[in-house]
Order: sequence, then structure tokens, then C-alpha cells
Amino acid sequence: MTILSRRKFLHTSTAAAAATLASPIIARAQSDTIKVGGLHDLSGALDAVGVPMNQVFQMAIKEINEAGGLLGREVEAVIYDPQSNMSLYSQYATQMALRDQVDVVMGGITSASRETIRPIFHRYDTFYFYNTQYEGGVCDRNEITLGTTPAQTVARLIPYGMNLYGKKVYTIAADYNYGHITAAWVKRYVEENGGEVIETEFFPLDVAQFGSTISKIQGAAPDFVLSALVGTSHLGFYRQWAAAGMKSEIPVMSTVLGAGGSDQLILTAEEGNGITASFGYFEEIDNPTNKAFLERVAQEYPDKDWVMSEISEVTYEGMMIWADAVREAGTTERDPLLEVLTSGKAYDLPAGKVKIDPKTQHAIRDVYIAELQDQVFNIKESFPDSPPTDTQMVCDLVENPDSNQHFEISL
Amino acid sequence: MDYTIVVALEMVRAVAWLVLLASGLAIIFGMMRIINFAHGEFLMLGGYTVVISTGHGVNEWIAMLVLAPIVVGIFGVLVERLVIQRLYGRILDSLLATWGLSMLMIGGVTMIFGNSVTGVATPLGGMSIGAYQVPRYNFVLIFAAIALLLAIWAVLKFTKAGLIARATMQNPDMSEALGIPTRWVYMATFGIGSAITGFAGALLAPLTGVVPTMGVNFIAQSFITVITGGASVITGTLSAATLLGSISQGMTFLTGPVYGDAALLLAALVLLRLLPQGITGRIFKKSL
Repeated sequence: MTILSRRKFLHTSTAAAAATLASPIIARAQSDTIKVGGLHDLSGALDAVGVPMNQVFQMAIKEINEAGGLLGREVEAVIYDPQSNMSLYSQYATQMALRDQVDVVMGGITSASRETIRPIFHRYDTFYFYNTQYEGGVCDRNEITLGTTPAQTVARLIPYGMNLYGKKVYTIAADYNYGHITAAWVKRYVEENGGEVIETEFFPLDVAQFGSTISKIQGAAPDFVLSALVGTSHLGFYRQWAAAGMKSEIPVMSTVLGAGGSDQLILTAEEGNGITASFGYFEEIDNPTNKAFLERVAQEYPDKDWVMSEISEVTYEGMMIWADAVREAGTTERDPLLEVLTSGKAYDLPAGKVKIDPKTQHAIRDVYIAELQDQVFNIKESFPDSPPTDTQMVCDLVENPDSNQHFEISL
Repeated sequence: MDYTIVVALEMVRAVAWLVLLASGLAIIFGMMRIINFAHGEFLMLGGYTVVISTGHGVNEWIAMLVLAPIVVGIFGVLVERLVIQRLYGRILDSLLATWGLSMLMIGGVTMIFGNSVTGVATPLGGMSIGAYQVPRYNFVLIFAAIALLLAIWAVLKFTKAGLIARATMQNPDMSEALGIPTRWVYMATFGIGSAITGFAGALLAPLTGVVPTMGVNFIAQSFITVITGGASVITGTLSAATLLGSISQGMTFLTGPVYGDAALLLAALVLLRLLPQGITGRIFKKSL
């Protein structure tokens, strides 16, 4: 091994630093494409969700380019794979903002990843779209949040279940912030509707044996079970529930099942039948935009082994809404875009009509309740123009445009 | 009364579950002193064998009881020939090598079958005990665990092969001097350990479904059971599984699964502090 002299080291490192400093400027001067960042987990624990999101993201870009690009320029995707790893998220977010100088970023899946990259994009004024359903509460002028929050889904699901089955609810949830926050919302909505949560149980993500819980649920005899269980281990609950012959005894509703577009295929038809869920998108939605969208997806990815779910469809929405705003504003600068986005325009998308709430920069959107039958969700009821009332309780970006926070909504 | 029966049944089921998880590992780790960090992935392979073969029309029971042990057993023999045989007596190296193997298996299975595969329905349906519904499949697990322990015991105790295996593990040099081809004994033992693990994975598949990364959820429980049990394959596994299974399951019933898991870890911690060689390092010393 040769030892670098200090002078030599200084010399080479300065040159390198100069090069890195210089390159973005050159890139900017020569850039004749509009750059769009995509940060989805393409490997690691979350790849089953991230891969479809990324595919739909690329399809949206292709579609925009086929229609002539934006502002006479081609749109170019800058894609990194954060590998379900938070330190890679922060590294790639910084790279996107500083080195690649992208005009907008779509991505982040879990709330943890969002809270890793959101402050980075805020600091560097890189416009950011978060497209995942989550627990609500983000208040950041630099972020557009399109996924559903509990006030849009859980608030609909609970009264629906209570009408249909009865007032006694047993909650089982994943043991991390999503599960705890959702369980708190469930309790609130159940009580608001005059019911009672007789028990709430939390499960670490690696629990795969639910025998004791299933017996306890039977002992408590609720009218229905509300599950906010997350991940593949927790799918064991639905199997063991079916195996115990409970499917015909006590109905199950879930705030998560089907979110990633693969759970309904992993469970067999007998295990999944009758489970009710609520999201902002299901494949079955009947409108021409959705039909064309699904046809295009089937054409683009004929071998796909996932079902289109909210999280992926909303990623498409993010790209389309952003592109529409760019066309209208004639620029990719954030502030003129925000003006267009918050002007109350309704976007016609596969999920139905979507508007952006100026106070929270969250989506006001159609929400659906659907029941799983033979591995397909059948829509039972739809709720047009559902506002994110939870986030509205804590966030007003019109009054406080400098807000940069993820509020915990106290219940 | 019904509830007591259901709780008791659930505890026995939890014990049976730990026995199934740990037996294969007990043979590989307890007898051969090879840390098989790919144990979870061997389980996964057993599960996949069931899901894939039933998908192709094979009878569920044949897939679970016959195919899975054979497939994983053969895989185990291959692994032993290619990797493990170079690592006997190098306990840390075996850990690293099998860790690599586990990643390779996760990657390989993901590449071939994708990250999500349809599971199989749990066979047999439910039955009622008083006001409660329990899966009949629980009895399959309990019965399988008993049968497995009896079979291992009978082989080790009464057959010549069992005697040779025990002799080889206890003193390989002396066995070699007496004309026993220890290389082959090691290979066969590793293969049988793998086959048992594949069998456990197969029984697991209808309960939890299979994904390439499922192994990590079981590896900790398996190692804790084997290490707490100590050197004897049968007595060790059985005593550790009984103790840990009933403590964690009892706690789960009383408070919830978080404390159930915590109680299992705490019990293992206390036990290993008091009996660093595992239960059979001090009690039941001469047992199998």
C-alpha cells in the first residue's frame, strides 16, 4: 500500500471537490430534459410494494413523453433503490436534491422513510410528492400528499361495519406507530358511533402464530374484528382464523389488507373471502379513465404478479397531477406550481375525482369500501369527495406556509 | 371449563411448535456443533416445496409428509458436501458460511418464484370445543411433534446407525480408528437434520404462508430453544420447548403477544444464566 503524502491528498481531493461542485452547474446548463426523481424500495423488505409503484411511476413518465413531454422537453426518470434502508433514503434524497437537481420527487413508502427524506427535500426546496396511505398529520408546504388518511378510510369503514354487524369491536393491530395510531382512530370512531372497543391487542411484526388470540377473540365474542395487522407474518392471522372455522362466525375488516396489491393473492380465496377493506382505489372502479389505465398497465407489464392498489395508482396520480400543473404554470418552479395545484382544480383520474386541499395539501378524493371475494375486491360503497379531516385539525398551510412538521394528531 | 381446555391445548400446541422448529437444528447444532444460520431458510424451502407441489396438483399430505423432507434433505446433503464438510470444528466460520448461504437462498428463491407466492389452505377445518372453535390442524402439529421425537429417540437408541452417529459426534477420532467412515456419518446426519427442518417448514406453510424472507421470523426461536435445551437432542429440545412454550403462551393469554415474546426471552436468559450449558448440561445429563 502506498501512503499518500498530505500535499498529494490535498491536491487530489480539492480537484475532486471542485469537480463535484462544478458538475451540477454544468448539468443545469446543458440539461435539456426535465428530471423526475423516483425513490421506491426495489429490494429489501418492502420490495413487493415498491416494485409496482416504480413500474407505474415509469409508465406515467412514458405516457407523458408520448404526449410530447413537458414544456417542449422530455421527462427523464432518476431512479434510486433505497433498499428498504433509511440511511440509503437520506443519502439518495440528498443526491437527488443536490447532484441530480431533480424538479420533483415521487416516493417514500413507510412513514419512517417519508420522515427521513421530507426534511431533506424541504431544506433544498425540492418539490416532493408522497403517495402512500398513512396515519395523517404531515404539514409541509413543500409536500403534496395524495394517499388516504384514517379520516378518509377508517372513518368510513367503522360505521359501515357497525351498521352491518353490530357495535362490539375487537381491534388487532401491528405493534408500531401505524398500528397504534390506527387503533386509536378505530377507538374514536367506534365510540363516536355509539359502540365499544372491547379489546385492543398489538402484535410485533414477526408474530406468525395467532392461536391464543383467536381463542381470546372467541371468548370476547365481538360483533366484528378490526385488523390493522401489517406484513407477511401477520397474514398468518387470516389463515389461522379460517382454519379455526371462524370465518362464518365473526366477520373481519382490515385497514391494511390489499394495500400493497399482493395480500389478496397470497391468501387463498377461502381464507380471504368476506374480508372488508377501505382504500382510495380498487381495480374494480368503473370509469373510462380507469379502464384505459388498467389496459395500459396490462400492456406495459404483461407478466406482473400484483394487483393495482391504491399505493401504485396514487403514484401514477402524483406524476399526472404534477405534469398537468407544469403544463398550466409553464414552469417547474415549486411556488407557481403550488398556486395551480391548490386552485381547486378537479383531476379526472383512475381513482375518480381528485382535488387538492389548499390547507393541508392532501388529496380530497373518492373513497371506497370493498369486500374480498375470490381474490378480487368488489366495491360495496363509495364516498365521493372525502376530505382529510384528521390532518385538517392540525394543519393550515394557508395561514402558516412555513410549517414543516409531522403532527401527531392527539385523540 | 371450555376456556381452560382451549388454553391448555394452545399451550401444548406452542410446545409442539417449538419442538418441530428446533429438532432439526438440535441435530445439526447440538450434535454436530455447526451453527446453521440458514436454518430459517431450510424451513422456507420446506414450505415452498409444499406450496409449489400442491400448486401442481400433488396431494397436500404427500407434499408435507414425503416431498418436503426429501427435497430439503437432499438439499442439506448437497450443502454439506459443498460447504459444511470443510468447516467442522470451525464454529464461527460455519456461522459466516451459513449466513451467506441463507442470503443466497433468499435471493435465489426470490429470483425464481418472486417475492410473493400463494399459500395453501390449512387442511381439516375447525372443530368446536364447547363454545370455542379450534383448528383441527393443531392436533396434526402436536401429533407430528410427538412422532418426530419418538422416531429420533428410537433411531438413536435402538439402531446401529444411531449408535454410530452418537459415537461419531462424541469422539470422531476414536470412531475413525474403529473403522467408521465419519465423513459419511456427518453427511447423513446433516441431511437428516435438514430433512426434519424441511418437514417442520412444510407443516408451517399452511399456517403462515410462505415468502422468501420468512426464515428470519423463526430463527431466533429455534436457536433459543436449542441452546436452552443443551447438548441432548431429545430431552434438551423437549424440556426447553415445554418450558419456553408454556411460559410464553401462558403470558400471551394473560397479557398479549408482546409480553409473551418478552417472557420467552426472559425465561431463556434466566435459564442460561443459571445453567450456562443448557438444561441438559446439568439436569438429565446422561439422556439422549
